[in-house]
Amino acid sequence: MRPFTYERAEDAHGAARAAAETPGAKFLAGGTNLLDLMKLEIERPQHLIDVGRLPLAEIGETGDGGLRIGAMATNSAVAADRRVRTRYPVLTEAIVAGASAQLRNKATIGGNLLQRTRCPYFYDPSKPCNKREPGAGCSAIGGEARGNAILGASEACVATHPSDMAVALSALEARVETISSAGATRTLALDDLHLLPGDAPHLETGLGHGELVTAVVLSPAPQGRQQYRKVRDRASFAGGLFSLALAGDRLALGAVALKPWRARKAEAALAAGAAPADAADAELADARPSGRNAFKITLARRVIAAALEGTPYP
Amino acid sequence: MDMPVGAATRAAFQITVNGEPREVDVDLRTTLLDLLREHLGLKGPKKGCDHGQCGACTVLVGGRRINACLSLAIMHEGESVTTIEGVGLPGRLHPLQAAFLTRDAFQCGYCTPGQICSALGMLAEARCGEPSGATLDLATGATPLTDAEIRERMSGNICRCSAYPQILEAIRDIAGPAPEISP
Repeated sequence: MRPFTYERAEDAHGAARAAAETPGAKFLAGGTNLLDLMKLEIERPQHLIDVGRLPLAEIGETGDGGLRIGAMATNSAVAADRRVRTRYPVLTEAIVAGASAQLRNKATIGGNLLQRTRCPYFYDPSKPCNKREPGAGCSAIGGEARGNAILGASEACVATHPSDMAVALSALEARVETISSAGATRTLALDDLHLLPGDAPHLETGLGHGELVTAVVLSPAPQGRQQYRKVRDRASFAGGLFSLALAGDRLALGAVALKPWRARKAEAALAAGAAPADAADAELADARPSGRNAFKITLARRVIAAALEGTPYP
Repeated sequence: MDMPVGAATRAAFQITVNGEPREVDVDLRTTLLDLLREHLGLKGPKKGCDHGQCGACTVLVGGRRINACLSLAIMHEGESVTTIEGVGLPGRLHPLQAAFLTRDAFQCGYCTPGQICSALGMLAEARCGEPSGATLDLATGATPLTDAEIRERMSGNICRCSAYPQILEAIRDIAGPAPEISP
């Protein structure tokens, strides 16, 4: 691990300002992803701004019947919250489908959204990776990684976003609140937070320099069934090969792209009266394998159809 | 880019470990695990993978289980940490430690301190009604501790000797018999 300096933030605006003004600064919240990458020297911050003790861990009602979840709330706290479990069960299901209890006790909601891909080539400094080093090339295309993206990938990057929670938040049409280094607050749709790789996969979010995520906001729960389904190589503590979140008539897919994939084409097909399998096909018409991951397209089609039909796992 | 000359890369702070306040002065890069093992001489928490994947470093912070390897010591300034040495020592074992002996719930023993700290954190979480990936009814908050629940909740602790059936039995000795669940 490279040396760094450290400060504990006292308020959100001060943290954002320090992040913008200090060369090589990074926010540190739970640290479960950042410290792992710092050990591998994939992340090399010169300065850490510890935001973990900011008073941003509360979960509270919004005026319109939704919930505001502070960015420093732990994954465990959100999953266990009675209001989340009863009104947004898909969010609890998604959170407890990810990582281990030890990690969920430490990891924050803001950090979960901003965690980096688990593409094995990103994690291997001996292999070129456009995300680590722009222009270096992508080792994952045609490589061994079966977890690669099938939607929204590019010639530069075929990684996927690893979060389960974010898939549920996409289906719930969550919004993200932030504060900038100038102290300005704004709200953006979760679907606008993460960027597809294009020709610049090192640019991962639409956040500005020093901008700090302060909360995730949920609208009142949608009418209808909610469910999170995840398929993986082992039954627990493993990343997804494919996952989906269903919230009323909204559907989002996980482990298929570099962002939580809101399945608007499938939703539109369903609204027009399509059968579940046909709705899945509508979404997956653009799906392309990028290596040994062609199986994911078939897997996605089957899991989407089964979830929409309400039948058990295929 | 280089660090600014003279920038502080060490920190002195107070942390409570197994009930005892300690003053420490460490390089900022020191993980909580390295602080415990290398600076405070507590060799119970183990460095297995050092990447949060094996659970051998599990300790309790403020009563909640975490991976000590994926946390900086400085992040825990002023907090209270419990390692296996604070759970019980020879001659005054915690009932769960005794159950691990009775049930032969280890072979090499390397993962055992993490397994026991994790199980204690897990039992507290379950008592509070916190859900897991095996919880069937999220809405009620009732989380009967079935064998499936214990296995799921303990999935962050790997035992390469594969003593899992005995670990389950030892935890079951403390948690009580498996509840009957209507299908």
